Amino acid sequence: MAAPPLQLHTPASIGPASGPGDIKSRPAWSPYDDNGGTCVAVAGSDYCIVAASTRLSTGFSILTRDCSKLFQISEQVYIASAGFQADIRALQKMLQTRNVMYQHIHRKPMSASALAQLLGNNLYYKRFFPYFTWNLCVGLDPEGKGSVYTYDPVGSFERVGYSCQGSGKDLIQPVLDNQLKAASPLVLPSENWMTALPLEQAQDLVRDAFVSAGERDIYTGDCVEILTITTGGVHRETLDLKKD
Amino acid sequence: MTAGFQFDLCNRNRLLESKGVQGASVTKTGTTIAGLVFKDGVVLGADTRSTSGSTVADKNCEKIHFIAPNIYCCGAGTAADTENVTGMISSSLDLHRYATGRESRVVTAMTMLKSHLFRYQGYVSAALVLGGVDFRGPHLFTVYPHGSTDALPFCTMGSGSLNAMAVFEAGYKDDLTREEAVELVANAIKAGIYNDLGSGSNVDICVITKGKVDYLRNHEYLQNKTYQRRHPVTYGKGTTKVTKEKIIPLSELTIQDGDATAMDTS
Repeated sequence: MAAPPLQLHTPASIGPASGPGDIKSRPAWSPYDDNGGTCVAVAGSDYCIVAASTRLSTGFSILTRDCSKLFQISEQVYIASAGFQADIRALQKMLQTRNVMYQHIHRKPMSASALAQLLGNNLYYKRFFPYFTWNLCVGLDPEGKGSVYTYDPVGSFERVGYSCQGSGKDLIQPVLDNQLKAASPLVLPSENWMTALPLEQAQDLVRDAFVSAGERDIYTGDCVEILTITTGGVHRETLDLKKD
Repeated sequence: MTAGFQFDLCNRNRLLESKGVQGASVTKTGTTIAGLVFKDGVVLGADTRSTSGSTVADKNCEKIHFIAPNIYCCGAGTAADTENVTGMISSSLDLHRYATGRESRVVTAMTMLKSHLFRYQGYVSAALVLGGVDFRGPHLFTVYPHGSTDALPFCTMGSGSLNAMAVFEAGYKDDLTREEAVELVANAIKAGIYNDLGSGSNVDICVITKGKVDYLRNHEYLQNKTYQRRHPVTYGKGTTKVTKEKIIPLSELTIQDGDATAMDTS
């Protein structure tokens, strides 16, 4: 039998033990936490909906029932983020700084696609000490059509017709797939990947998705903030969820 | 009657684990349970959420278990352990009553629970609030998973125990009336429901007095949906296509008797 590989048992040496008698060790402290929350975005042909629950929690405790996960970058462009609140705030602060710099240089507000690429670059920049955040970049494209970009924590992103991120993702995403199934925007010949639902029905779907996720996901609850972005402006509404 | 577990698969599972296979997860009743002694008896309370990780497994489960006609028990911890441990003690108390012809005592139930839990060194993860009224009067105990017990005038258990205890510490007085006691216990449970993510849904209450038990299932029903869909999805008849259909009329069947073999009862 081969001898187990030599290991330095520093607090950081993690991984499966290679044989019996091997000491397993783990870091005593983690810089990360998961504060839960769910975000949903739906792109329509002349609107874009972005919604996020407002509960902030850690472990089995609620930190606050009223914490917005939506962040405005320009008039019609928003970021929705779930995950670790400290990283979300750091990311928002950085994006805001970059947005101000962008406007000084280019004399115009950032478009959804520009912000989408910026966010992707900045997430990947932290590839080996990532922002523990799950993001959506939401807005209208130059033609006034809804646009949603969905990310992983290390900066892989894609433009999609709808998406869901955060603790309620496993519950909501399959429902959206069923109700809004749309082709990838990359499919050739190009198909309509935007949701065909009229605005009112899409809002109805989003509300129902959050109320239902609130029933079964302990980290989704208290309230949901829903923004509807159209060329006419941004409409904000809130809907109460269960408080338990 | 000694409870026994089979440990045959321990070595196999240890091998699988060393190869990186994830073990099974269990349903925990991340819970708020509470009990209180009042003037004429005991009030027990529990929330009704059971969780598996961060998802709610059951929105309206029962956590107040029957032990004997004069004894009930709230359970927190692993759902299977609380259900089985209370069930086992309940059935052996039943036999004990047949043998002695007397009403069960709460201390008997408590002693049986703690000796069972102590034997399993905390691996049977049941945290219990045991309450009842016997000929000596009302009794209330907490039983910890390792087998230690406390006799207290008011107690709480589960992940919401601190929330509930805060309410008890603020509002408990000796010799409360029945109504006051039920309200205080319900408020303690609600503190858990609203502030502890492992607890939720409704309030169950059980009031035990001399010769009478009131099991108030869903004493407070809290959780109504906040939105009803305006455009519900309906699936028309034929949405799922029937690709093949074959009807066999029973009248065309002939029943053949096979060789009768006696059931193995050895």
